[in-house]
Amino acid sequence: MKLSRIFINGLLNENPTFRLVLGMCPTLALTTAAINGVGMGLATTFVLVGSNLFVSLLKGFVPSKIRIPAFVVVIATFVTIVGMLMEGFFPEIYKSLGIYIPLIVVNCIIMARAEAFAFKNKPLASIVDGLAMGFGFTLALLLLGSIRELLGAGTIFGIKVTPIAFEPAVIMILPPGAFFTLGLLLALLNKLTDRASKGSK
Amino acid sequence: MEYAGKIFLILLSSILINNFILSRFLGICPFLGVSKRVETALGMGAAVTFVMAMASVLTYLVQYLILEPLEIAYLQTIAFILVIAALVQFVEMVIQKTSPSLYKALGVYLPLITTNCAVLGVAIINIQEGFDLLETLINGIGGAVGFTLAIVLFAGVRERLELADIPKPLKGFPIALITAGLMSVAFLGFQGLIR
Repeated sequence: MKLSRIFINGLLNENPTFRLVLGMCPTLALTTAAINGVGMGLATTFVLVGSNLFVSLLKGFVPSKIRIPAFVVVIATFVTIVGMLMEGFFPEIYKSLGIYIPLIVVNCIIMARAEAFAFKNKPLASIVDGLAMGFGFTLALLLLGSIRELLGAGTIFGIKVTPIAFEPAVIMILPPGAFFTLGLLLALLNKLTDRASKGSK
Repeated sequence: MEYAGKIFLILLSSILINNFILSRFLGICPFLGVSKRVETALGMGAAVTFVMAMASVLTYLVQYLILEPLEIAYLQTIAFILVIAALVQFVEMVIQKTSPSLYKALGVYLPLITTNCAVLGVAIINIQEGFDLLETLINGIGGAVGFTLAIVLFAGVRERLELADIPKPLKGFPIALITAGLMSVAFLGFQGLIR
């Protein structure tokens, strides 16, 4: 498969959040502000690229029966690394992401890509897939985070952009807001892709 | 007496106030995937309760008997996830032997308990909050009970949604998420239980 097609695939056709509906826990929990979403997305991208690369390199060496524990160890190692890097270089974001950094290891996206792609493809293709899925995930989190932050606090990336008269809907940055925003976004996307496929007929 | 009060507070908090699914967003994947029928949801809840209780105790022991004395606490993530993976494998074998029907009903979702954020999440929360062994166990059980409560309620609603006339774009995940959002609003009311 051409590398550019793999990249577009991860961003659009098989966008992990909107199409595959994987990795829901951080998607819902960390989109209270756009910057948190971006931080988590980039951390996950780092782990995705690293784990995809190593799983692909291990292709010939790991017997199929113990591949899942092997994936788990590889992913957990990269999560530990990214956690330490964030704690050292981005301490504020590290604190706002909190418990969800170690929870990247159980993010279904990473395990799913390792199993479905990296274990069956070459290292370079796996890196591109990891980047694509990671960016797709980051864009989804950015979109969700921006909407929730805008409606729930009147700011974007911490900058107040709404007029004083606008009373933010605090529920948007509380748990229910996450469910509603994602649900409505998915419905909207369904509607748009339906119309696109009907229009092309 | 005060200790009993603290235990009660942990239980109340993990089941209702900081419900693992509806407030903490831990365990969303099985929540959206398994909860289409009430019996399956109950079975899943029971399996998760057992795994979370045992995982809480085991990870507590690993943290304080192995990781900290050897000063390798930074390996917490790797150690915990391996303990959980082994535990789930064990539970899978037990269920296969004792209740093949439940095993078939849970299907692929049983090994997926390994990647259930709630299990690893509760293990990490226990350490972060500095709970002792009993508090860890109670938090693990409480979290799992809260999880079970949420997925059983959700399954009940979804069983009825199957028969409703839902607009096409909303079918499947969108309406499920909006339903979960409404449940989450309801559970927000429990915040007032503690001062």
